[in-house]
Amino acid sequence: MNVSLDFHALLPELLLTATVLGVLIVDLLPVRKQWTAVVGLVGLFAAFVPLLTLGFCDSLAFCEETAVRSMFGGSYVIDTFSLVLKGLFLASAFLAVLISAGYLERGRFWEGEYYFLLLCSVLGAVVMASSRGLVTMFVALELVTGPTFLLAGWRKGNARSNEAALKFFIVGVLSASVLLFGMSLVYGTTGELTFSGIREAIVGFELADPGFSDLPLLNIAVLFTLLGFAFKIAAVPFHFWTPDTYEGAPTPVTAYLSVVSKAAGFVGLLVVSYQAFATLRSIWGPALWILAAASMTIGNLSALRQDNIVRMLGYSSIAQGGFILAPFGAAVSSGVTGAQLEDAFFATVTYLLIYAFMNLGAFAVVIATAKRIGSVDVNDWGGLYQYAPGLAGLTMIFFFSLAGIPPLAGWFAKLVMFRSLIGVGNWGIALAVIAAVNSVVAFVYYARVVKAAWFDPVPEDVLTGEARSAYVAPTLGLAMGIAAAVVVVVGIFPAVLSELGEMTKVFVAGF
Amino acid sequence: MSSFENGWALTLIVFLPAVGAAAVLAIPKAQEEAQKWTALLFAGVSFVLSVIVAFQFDYGAADKIQFGPDSTLTWIGAINSNYAIGIDGISLPLLVLSTFMTVLSIIYSWNHWPEPHNPKVFSALILVLATGMAGTFVALDLILFFVFFEVVLLPMYFMIGIWGDRNKVTIPVLGMETEMRLYAAIKFFLFTLFGSAFMLLGFLALYFKSGLETFSMISLSGGGAERGLEGLAVWVFAALFLGFAVKVPMFPFHTWLPDAHTAAPTVGSVLLAAILLKLGTYAFVRIAIPIMPEQSQNWAPVIGILAVVGIIYASLACLAQTDMKRLIAFSSVGHMGFVMLGIATLTDIGINAAIIGMVAHGIITGLLFFLAGSMSHRYHTREMARLGGNQKLLPIMGGILGFTAMASLGLPGLAGFWGEFLSLLAAFNPLDGLSIPLFRTLMVIGAVGTVLAAGYLLWMLQKVNFGEPSDEWLEHEMHDVDGYELAAWVPLLVATLAIGVFPKIVFGATTDAVSEMVRMAFGG
Repeated sequence: MNVSLDFHALLPELLLTATVLGVLIVDLLPVRKQWTAVVGLVGLFAAFVPLLTLGFCDSLAFCEETAVRSMFGGSYVIDTFSLVLKGLFLASAFLAVLISAGYLERGRFWEGEYYFLLLCSVLGAVVMASSRGLVTMFVALELVTGPTFLLAGWRKGNARSNEAALKFFIVGVLSASVLLFGMSLVYGTTGELTFSGIREAIVGFELADPGFSDLPLLNIAVLFTLLGFAFKIAAVPFHFWTPDTYEGAPTPVTAYLSVVSKAAGFVGLLVVSYQAFATLRSIWGPALWILAAASMTIGNLSALRQDNIVRMLGYSSIAQGGFILAPFGAAVSSGVTGAQLEDAFFATVTYLLIYAFMNLGAFAVVIATAKRIGSVDVNDWGGLYQYAPGLAGLTMIFFFSLAGIPPLAGWFAKLVMFRSLIGVGNWGIALAVIAAVNSVVAFVYYARVVKAAWFDPVPEDVLTGEARSAYVAPTLGLAMGIAAAVVVVVGIFPAVLSELGEMTKVFVAGF
Repeated sequence: MSSFENGWALTLIVFLPAVGAAAVLAIPKAQEEAQKWTALLFAGVSFVLSVIVAFQFDYGAADKIQFGPDSTLTWIGAINSNYAIGIDGISLPLLVLSTFMTVLSIIYSWNHWPEPHNPKVFSALILVLATGMAGTFVALDLILFFVFFEVVLLPMYFMIGIWGDRNKVTIPVLGMETEMRLYAAIKFFLFTLFGSAFMLLGFLALYFKSGLETFSMISLSGGGAERGLEGLAVWVFAALFLGFAVKVPMFPFHTWLPDAHTAAPTVGSVLLAAILLKLGTYAFVRIAIPIMPEQSQNWAPVIGILAVVGIIYASLACLAQTDMKRLIAFSSVGHMGFVMLGIATLTDIGINAAIIGMVAHGIITGLLFFLAGSMSHRYHTREMARLGGNQKLLPIMGGILGFTAMASLGLPGLAGFWGEFLSLLAAFNPLDGLSIPLFRTLMVIGAVGTVLAAGYLLWMLQKVNFGEPSDEWLEHEMHDVDGYELAAWVPLLVATLAIGVFPKIVFGATTDAVSEMVRMAFGG
């Protein structure tokens, strides 16, 4: 077999691999450990550049033009969708490294290894965005998750962190085996590894036997594959590991898990549903409809009762996952048109783009405030605005953006989500109504944090001695600044991100 | 056309305050004078521009959208939403009212900073609020409208939550005890958010299910969109109704209002009463009637009945109040009932009455809240039983209060008269097809409501202004009205009188626009 590699297309992955090795090497050198973070940041930034040259290939002289860059027999594809998502992963990872830098330094954690593992996981996510085959996707997904098992337990002396890592590991392995089982059934029934091949095989079955009465196995294959992803994205009822892992893991790792790792799961789900199982909407549509409704409802109701803000954000991210899943539910309707599926795809991608920035921002604020007052209990946040108006302002921006209040970016994410559901018939409208009620419920707990920060008096037992230091690590400040700028600008000019989402629509149009 | 008339004037009116808010936040905390002057400057320029617009407005073509950009400016291409703005005779008076009240609020705040003192954040919030209010009145795209409609929530939430009333209350149902401001702030937000979430679903359904695939209010109006909705129309109207009715607020969605008004700091109550309540009624006139005329007809009896129930209920509730500010808050529910009754008749008289009613209520109730704020600033209480004899202690303020109460109860010759009188008149003869017996009954009950309104306002005057001052005030030295208060109030007094004797100030703009809208919606 003649394997020809398109090095331009693989440049982001190659640069990231070089960065991963670079971090290890710098870690061995007799320099301060912060340099590993610097190498990581530079590498992530460098990996971003080829995304631009690939994206704007038409207008670049040196760029050799090809329609869609496809490699390894079609199981590795670089198209607009994968470029946009790679950009999201790199940008989120950039913020995650910025958030981690101050945290690690202060907590005397191992730094070189941390960035090594984190960047390995990012590499997995970047590969994930291009995976168009069962094997590539599985390898990518495990590369995303594997290192995070270790990262979740990075607070070695802390029992909760150990519990977080162990729980995450066990559930992660379970979900991987479920996914693998589903994938093996898919391979067994279709005999294909690439998603385009699987799709054609299924179309072939359909022509021979409409209704698949001879192939009940196909239903199971689809459902098990979805189930594997449902664990990754922490959809209810596969979410039980989430709050404990989020609470126990070091908060920057939690931020990473809730954004990059989750988004990688969603990318897998998007590609599998809209490409491999494109003709099996009647199976995955209802299943994901139910998961979406359950995730947003259970996630929100559980979050209402949390006092620990990290745990609250854990449940919030389950609920947000439900909102991100909701557009998949549009596929329930039998009369759904290609344009409506494109809108649903667009809604999920756009929501993911916006969610990444607001959720990372929220975690960054939690980390900065926790450093300041030594607590993540919402009741201890009282009066934050009196002594740290900047942090209180950022709390308002990120938490109200998560709640979907204009003019902060979250409103647009919610809007496109509703938009994808309203056009497609009664099941879509029903899910939209559930989502509307949920977004009101969600406001209660997001507002609780803002209320504590702005309206409540300063509790007497916080803010003593050393904790009063107003120092915010400059990297953390930069991360919050970037995220806040994105959230505000996108809130006023949503076109900045929605154009990116719009471009990914071609992914669905191709099938 | 100059670029001023070509969208820039309205854009500046809407966004200058937001720029001002950013500027105020950039000034160091200690320089309070600079913060105040910056806030006043931006709000003032915005007001002056709106007055210039009012003078340049072509009243001969008041039914046409004016001052909008010539070409379509895409805002969010992916969802086909445009930056479509413009004003006609219906929105002009409300736009001017909103910039006017913003300036007066900043002037009044000059030496009345509620506790905890923080002029920087407070003026920034007023300015953000101003952007949301003005934006709602100029938006002609449903998504743009939605965003402005929601933008007002955040500043008001913070105003109530930070500077609001710190008395303890017990939350009904939950039985928890908390501070008034916290309860009122979250209640206000949740009610409005609930309504507007469904309103947004309604907007999206209009987009997709009407078959027109546009968010433009102009393209959707005329009934074509509604016919496209077929059986879904009633649900879409229900969703819009929920969003608008909570904001108005109509009975039975009004319960957030007395709490929010009572808890808010003075300026918050003023802006809430004067402008925020108008967003809901304006949306009925701007969106519900032109876009969904048939459903408006079907729902008109319901709206009319709820409006009249609101009038009577609010009047009776007023008579049971001991707190002056809460009484004024409930009176707002009643006055908005008259506005909604006017709208429910679907006639040009009724809708004209509704608009002048909105303007008058904005001016008069705004002034009443200013007065209530200044009085509780002096007496440190709002209990009417303790305030007796105010006329002797503070003669000028008492006089203004008397005048304003008279205006509020609809005394002919003052602004409040026209809205009440004309909406009752319109109810005598509603749109063809609406039940005449029903609306005449509503008219009679509404007329009883005006008597009750006179009753509670006179009762309030009697308790607050008349009689001998109680002994507890003997020790205190009371300052009558100061310069900043006069500067904020005299324009309102003048406006009350001017609109009262010369209602053409408002009708001149609205009449043609309203009759054209009614003709478009219902023919003939």
